[in-house]
Amino acid sequence: MIVAKRKPFDEIMQLLKGHRKILVVGCGTCVAVCLAGGEKEVAVLTAELEMARRLAENPVELGSATLERQCDREYLAQLDGKVDAYDALISMACGVGIQFLAERFPHKPVYPAVDTAGLAVNQDVGWYEERCRSCGRCVLGLTGGICPVTMCAKGLYNGPCGGTNKGSCEINADQPCAWNAIYERLKAQGRLDCILDLQPPHDWKDMTPRSLIQPGYKKPEKAKA
Amino acid sequence: MRLEYPSSVKVIFVPCTGKVDVIHLLTAIQKGADGVYCVGCLEGTCHYNEGNLRCRERVDYVRSLLQEIGLEADRVRMYNLSSGEGPTFAAYAKEMNENILKLGPNPLKKKTAGR
Repeated sequence: MIVAKRKPFDEIMQLLKGHRKILVVGCGTCVAVCLAGGEKEVAVLTAELEMARRLAENPVELGSATLERQCDREYLAQLDGKVDAYDALISMACGVGIQFLAERFPHKPVYPAVDTAGLAVNQDVGWYEERCRSCGRCVLGLTGGICPVTMCAKGLYNGPCGGTNKGSCEINADQPCAWNAIYERLKAQGRLDCILDLQPPHDWKDMTPRSLIQPGYKKPEKAKA
Repeated sequence: MRLEYPSSVKVIFVPCTGKVDVIHLLTAIQKGADGVYCVGCLEGTCHYNEGNLRCRERVDYVRSLLQEIGLEADRVRMYNLSSGEGPTFAAYAKEMNENILKLGPNPLKKKTAGR
């Protein structure tokens, strides 16, 4: 899932300093699961902002709404009649949701309340570890299910580098060397030949804004209209 | 035992301190409480294993939030005791009461609220 981290409160206060009517918008999907921007976190931020601004004798009128998702138009539509009553919106969704919210209400300033921190697994309640950089060219089939782009500090498609040190990475002894882990797993599976399947350099020009239409969803009738 | 503790302390029962959430503590302060403290079982003796440990983490988090807002962290505290320790309960109530008397009233009460 997409994980995010709440921005420092001072930064949020700074972003909102000129506004007196603010709508805090949460997202009920990924950021709710990773405890960064769901209904509960919206309530906490709203309470914090209200108290801090009251103490600063600059009271603020706050509203809150947590949508099922901020990356889908049908859920954003629930705010259509609501945002006009506010000077600004602050979103607790991931970067995708924040941008879609801003796109839906281009006449309103939209601020981020979280820093999006990647695509991660849930190791324990409240503990997330990144596993994917969404590079657009998955090689997990050849690397024993361990992503070298994410797990190797250099993101090497063909590794390891000279910094591998008895299973650790040169950046930190606690950081496992991804390519050592890949080697060990492929060896255990009897698939070491996969490591010799050299990968060409990644075409980073693919990292321009991407769009995707799944097969069967092209809807040519809409293009004609 | 007929033990006395300050009448300013209002007790709210929860099934386990693990039930106490950040927003409960924050809302109490927001609504004007001068302080809030949680009294959980002794660490290591939680019937649900980790309820009181979770509560301590939440109390610590709320203390950091209060500092961010500009309020004293010590308005929120965590205490631990066993259910057989009536005198300790009363002693903690007195201690918290003295702590709050030292800090003074919640400054939010004097300020005009937004909405």
